[in-house]
Amino acid sequence: MATPLSLRQRFSLARFLRGLGAETGPIVLDRRRVYILPTRHGLLFGAVIIAILLGAINYDNGLAFALAFLLASLGIVSILHTWRNLLGLRVEAGRCTAVFAGEQAHFPLGLRNDSVELRPAIVLAPAGGDETVHDLGPGLNWVEVARPATRRGRLALGRFHVATRFPLSLFRAWTPLELAMDCLVYPAPAPQRGLPPGEAGASGSGGDKGQGQDDFASLRPYHAGDSLRHVHWKTAAREQGIHTKLFSGEAAQELWLAWDLLPGLDTETRLSRLCRWVLEADAAGIRYGLRLPTRVIAPDFGPGQRRRCLEALALFGDKP
Amino acid sequence: MMLACHGRLWLLGALAAALLPQLLRLPLWLIPYGIALLGWRLAIDLRDWPLPPRWLRVLLTLVGIGGILTGYRTLFGADAGLALLTVMLGLKLLELRSLRDAMVVIFMGYFVVAGGFLVDQSIYVGVYLLVNVLLLTAALIALSHPAGPQHPLYLRRAGLLLVQALPIMVLLFVLFPRLSEPLWGVPKTSSSASTGISDHMTLNNISELVDSEEVAFRVHFAGPVPPANQLYWRGPVLWLTDGRRWDLVARDFTPRWLTVPGRHDSLDDPVQYALTLEPHNAHWIFALDLPAVVPSGMALTADFQLLSKRKVIARQRYDLASHTRYVTGPLSDEMYRLGLRLPAAANPRTRALAAQWAQLPAPAIVDRAINYFRDQPFWYSRRPPPLGDHPVDEFLFTTRRGFCEHYAAAFVTLMRGAGVPARVVTGYQGGEVNPVSDYLIVRQSDAHAWAEVWLDGDGWVRVDPTAAIPPQRVEASTDAQRFRSTDAATLNLDLGWAQRALAELRYRWDAVNDAWNQWILGYNHQRQKELLDRLGLLRFGWQGVIALLTGAIALVLGAVMIYLLLRMRGRRDPLVRIYRRYCDKLATVGLRRAPHEGPDDFARRVAAQRPDLADISNEIVARYIELRYGKGDAATALPLLRAALARFRPSGRRTSD
Repeated sequence: MATPLSLRQRFSLARFLRGLGAETGPIVLDRRRVYILPTRHGLLFGAVIIAILLGAINYDNGLAFALAFLLASLGIVSILHTWRNLLGLRVEAGRCTAVFAGEQAHFPLGLRNDSVELRPAIVLAPAGGDETVHDLGPGLNWVEVARPATRRGRLALGRFHVATRFPLSLFRAWTPLELAMDCLVYPAPAPQRGLPPGEAGASGSGGDKGQGQDDFASLRPYHAGDSLRHVHWKTAAREQGIHTKLFSGEAAQELWLAWDLLPGLDTETRLSRLCRWVLEADAAGIRYGLRLPTRVIAPDFGPGQRRRCLEALALFGDKP
Repeated sequence: MMLACHGRLWLLGALAAALLPQLLRLPLWLIPYGIALLGWRLAIDLRDWPLPPRWLRVLLTLVGIGGILTGYRTLFGADAGLALLTVMLGLKLLELRSLRDAMVVIFMGYFVVAGGFLVDQSIYVGVYLLVNVLLLTAALIALSHPAGPQHPLYLRRAGLLLVQALPIMVLLFVLFPRLSEPLWGVPKTSSSASTGISDHMTLNNISELVDSEEVAFRVHFAGPVPPANQLYWRGPVLWLTDGRRWDLVARDFTPRWLTVPGRHDSLDDPVQYALTLEPHNAHWIFALDLPAVVPSGMALTADFQLLSKRKVIARQRYDLASHTRYVTGPLSDEMYRLGLRLPAAANPRTRALAAQWAQLPAPAIVDRAINYFRDQPFWYSRRPPPLGDHPVDEFLFTTRRGFCEHYAAAFVTLMRGAGVPARVVTGYQGGEVNPVSDYLIVRQSDAHAWAEVWLDGDGWVRVDPTAAIPPQRVEASTDAQRFRSTDAATLNLDLGWAQRALAELRYRWDAVNDAWNQWILGYNHQRQKELLDRLGLLRFGWQGVIALLTGAIALVLGAVMIYLLLRMRGRRDPLVRIYRRYCDKLATVGLRRAPHEGPDDFARRVAAQRPDLADISNEIVARYIELRYGKGDAATALPLLRAALARFRPSGRRTSD
């Protein structure tokens, strides 16, 4: 929920220009957050009214007076309409799907329209991204803000504007927002294909007890990310805990994807190559581990392992 | 931002509506030009035609400007300027690309609508103004809504905006301070010729009386309407004649003696009235005989013509006062000479007749002439036979049929022939009282001509020889009425109910028009001051008025805001409202419902933490749950729930959480 603002925050210029800083949770665009100023068209409209008014005075023309006053009144009333179009909108952050560097990161935003009326032409304007325009019906509307993900790591959505010029484009109401919301960006996978050769020690002894998918070998406790198809449902049904079935097979060898296998390259290139290896190993269903200078992930397989490894690559070098 | 197609279509529709009246005023050959521009734009939007190349746009611009130059001989002034704006707007449509272009076009459209008011300010134009603004606003909304066409939304929202804007507009219109003088001089030009009364009269061509029902002016009297035989509205005074044509003293220059305002001694209190004159593109203000005051911007001549210094090209309201009984001042030499001048060759028989009366005193001569019209078989006719070389002779001795101009000309010729200074006065006579709203309507068909003679001791005296014709010798029955009564006689005649209803409707419509003139067009600095004074609003000066205006606008905006917010919230379920009130009350004593807590859970927690509130709280929640989820009968249970909620006043001790 929105926290009340102190008097000092309420009138601070920095808040006007930059918003309040990153906030969590649903934010209600209440009247303290919604700003409104005339647009360029609004200023031009004002000039037109003044010109018509001057003409009316000089020619003593009753209907020209009426027109000038009618237009001025329309402009004034439209302030309220524009303001209300934004007022009370509730913005919440959705969950971002991780992307690879070079792709577009999509930030899902939930815009809840608590009113019974349509809120037309609500503009989302991220810093450095393209504006998108949405009509928000009553209820929760999910929209996405796209930002290009150029570098691996955590990409914050950053400051963006929720704005509207509806109905007359003479005024623009907006709220600068910064949601505590970021998207994980994996390193861009290197173009080179092919996996590194397997390490001899690991592959020899593990021949009959590996984790291929051909023959059932044994059970081990379930890890997050294990394929549901390999869950041993019988033990689960007997309330003996959830176990994952292990299979032996040709491919069931352990493969270490190690930082040390790529000497003489710079950090980002190494991460890129590792990223490609993770993808290929995952696609091949190989049981693989990741060895980074700062972190070691034990061999495993499945979506969970893939996610763990890519995350480690994305955040390599970050302070935990 | 690119323009959505639906926005452009609204723009075109609204512009077509705004341009239509202007297009019809353009020189004839520019009409297809304008329509072609609009058509091309439509083809661009609907048939994907390309925007015209630059050279073609330049060519079209030159053609348009050339057309205006040949039509008006200028690019400036109201008519030509408006035509130029119209043409430019049409051309701008052909290079419409961005939202900015579209906005500029809409704003130009507003100018075109405003420019049209220089030419026409009738009530129809006023209503059309609202239509135009509605459509242009809807176009603005459509342009502001790139997401897609929702045509009913645009029209509805435009209507809503307009309805909410109207009260503020009325406030601004009434209270916004009006200036008494223009900010700077403006050229007042108009291409139209003068209408209505003319500055001369001619007898020898085939004349026909104007039968136009068009309104010349309307008069609101401060007191009762004077009797019909005093309602002579003074216009051009004609002194010069060649025997058939009568003219002003001077058309192009004014002799010095004429500019000295005429003086008169009044024999009664002045009649106060406001006269709203339709534009006639000439200088005469048709004041009641004789004008007692000379308002600013006007001049009074020696022969009592009240003249506006500027031509009357727009409907205008004048506050005037007149004396109906008076004695005018002495006769100047110039007037004496002009008042006796007759052409030597024309109308010999008339002059011979007049010469027989020359020895009589002047009043007797007047009586002789009037009796002559009454005793000889003279007829009043709207379509008299044509007259030849000596028109007055032929009228007096042969045809003996004519209307006011013939009688006035013949009478003045007789007077001058007999040595009595005389002149012809033209203007309007009578008028009809609008029974709906008690003011006088004077129409073009009320145009009249009469005579004035100079009598020792009385000065200039009005004589209306037409009035001497007995009613049975008047060919048209309505003309018999005109000198006798200004009562709303037509309503009392033996008309059928349909005719009566029609007449009533006509009066009502004229009353609406009159109110429009008085309050919309004639609402100027003077009127505003009077109104505000009457309402007591000027007590605190203009600053007070502006403060009042601001406050009133703020009130309207507040009401609009509340309406908008309530509308947005929609109709809430009363039960939801009641439960929310219950939670709000508990929140004041520190018991907040967690988002996951259902009504039951929350009530249990309340009962645990505040045993003193348990009973009443449980009752409320039980009733709420029964009504919301059970089969509770709302009609009986809802009041009980409301009553319980009213009794629920948690206070005091904060819980220890």
